[in-house]
Amino acid sequence: MKRSSWTDYQKEIADNDYYYARSCIRQNFFPGSEKVFLSILGKDLGRNIYDDPLHTSCTGIGYHSDVVPLETIMTVVARQFALMNEAGYENFTSSCITSFGIYTELLATWEEFPEMLDKTRENLYKATGREFKIPKNLAHTSDVIFHHREEIAQKAKRKLVNAYTGEPLRVVEHIGCHYAKIFPKKGVGGSEFPYVLAGMVESWGGEIVDYPERRHCCGFGFRNYLVQANRGYSIANSHKKLESMAPQKPDFIVCNCPGCSMFLDKWQYTIAEMEGTTYGQNGQGIPVLTYEEMAGLILGYDPWADLGMQMHQVDVEPLLDKLGIEYDPAAKYLGRNGKYIGKPEAALINGCSEDRLYKINR
Amino acid sequence: MEDVRMKEGLSACMNCGVCTAVCPAAAFYNYDPRQIVSIVQTRDDEAIEELLKSEEIWYCGECMSCRPRCPRGNTPGYVIQALRTLSQKLGYFVESEKGRQQLALKRTVGDNILRTGYCLVPTAIKPELHPEQGTVWRWIFDHDQEIYPQYSEAYNKSGSGALRRTSDETLEELRRIFDITGGTEMFDSIERFSDQKAKQMGYEGADEEYFLDVYTRNSNEHY
Repeated sequence: MKRSSWTDYQKEIADNDYYYARSCIRQNFFPGSEKVFLSILGKDLGRNIYDDPLHTSCTGIGYHSDVVPLETIMTVVARQFALMNEAGYENFTSSCITSFGIYTELLATWEEFPEMLDKTRENLYKATGREFKIPKNLAHTSDVIFHHREEIAQKAKRKLVNAYTGEPLRVVEHIGCHYAKIFPKKGVGGSEFPYVLAGMVESWGGEIVDYPERRHCCGFGFRNYLVQANRGYSIANSHKKLESMAPQKPDFIVCNCPGCSMFLDKWQYTIAEMEGTTYGQNGQGIPVLTYEEMAGLILGYDPWADLGMQMHQVDVEPLLDKLGIEYDPAAKYLGRNGKYIGKPEAALINGCSEDRLYKINR
Repeated sequence: MEDVRMKEGLSACMNCGVCTAVCPAAAFYNYDPRQIVSIVQTRDDEAIEELLKSEEIWYCGECMSCRPRCPRGNTPGYVIQALRTLSQKLGYFVESEKGRQQLALKRTVGDNILRTGYCLVPTAIKPELHPEQGTVWRWIFDHDQEIYPQYSEAYNKSGSGALRRTSDETLEELRRIFDITGGTEMFDSIERFSDQKAKQMGYEGADEEYFLDVYTRNSNEHY
């Protein structure tokens, strides 16, 4: 397969004036990533982006758990588009892969079944008195970073290079199923030739490592994580990926989807507690980053105060050291105004000795 | 079945099984999406009714890995979504262990949406129900008022930012959308059928005990 196959799957990405829709999962687990994304766009790149207090969840997790009907999510999405129109924007960018998949699915459904678009317009007007236009451009927030990757490279304070050896850092990327498996032409590189994150890594000096289960799901599986009885499905699929990537000795994993970022981080903790297995080169875990964190680190944002990377279960310090980033270890677990609020209990994934383990399988 | 996902998702399946080969659910459960599509394609009402009452239709994780690989352009994941919707409308979901879990999903994700405007909020991710979230999540959960405001001045307040409080007016718009489009009816139907089933099973109704049982029970007969 040609290395350039990804170029068959390109998409138009607006250059400026974005309406920003937050993600339920990203704002819960990676609020620093959303904050820094807006800062990169606004301050570093000088682009205009609107953070609207009126939009809601797209209800996508409910839709893919089958408790929210298709007609309902269509109308909630239509409301988001109406809010975008009312704010004077045409370019919609979503911080969530589940949402992005839903937006692409619904836009295609409305095109294929125009009667459903008419019904959605009627439902939205009845429920809210609002009307909407189809966005001129739809992009995931990683598409927006990908679009500006060379400009970010020019402004970067460091590269994705090992400060000790001078070698490119070895990076595993994971684009998330709903980015391109639903509509491959709507994602950079499609689902088979993932390039949205790989393009960032290459432009910023790192090296992408391939591995057999690269395209496999992280294991979220909606109801298969959300209901406690089903979580074996979720951890088993993350386990499959981690086992497959570990021999490549990646320096870190970068994810497109906030859910995947969280699962590949948290399931490493659980696997370590259950089996004593860790996948990192240092006997700890493999750090899992969002693409906003990856961009933020090379642009010089602080890992704790700006990016909130202390909210990860797998420690990121080994990666910060490799990048040659200076940080204050004592500042990691502080509350507001520098208040000390205690720190998390150590776990095996963080290098805690096995006799202190909190055994979740007991 | 009128569901557009059925029209989009299934046209002349040739039973090649690529969907099963790439399926994360098939790797974990005794599950074969090829067979489900095959049954639906027969249009045999009796067999389809059996499917709607089965465990099998609840195994899929809706990752849609089947969609780009199908040589016929079908989407077994869409077919599953349509079957699950019908199973809930007809009340058949309560006839299986995995189907009964829809009550837990409605009471967590579903109720969160109408209560907060989000599918999840930090205070609802209780460490005792989420041991896999680890020690750092417990620290965040215990100190949310100290941590989140560092990244969002609007945490639990009005204004722009992560986890801002959704206004009453916006929540009211969401509720009206749910009322008009069948969302409220779906929630009510999940509650009603679950309550009936819970009583049949010897519970007082679809109470907290029943909720916790469907949320945690795994017969381990799915593999």
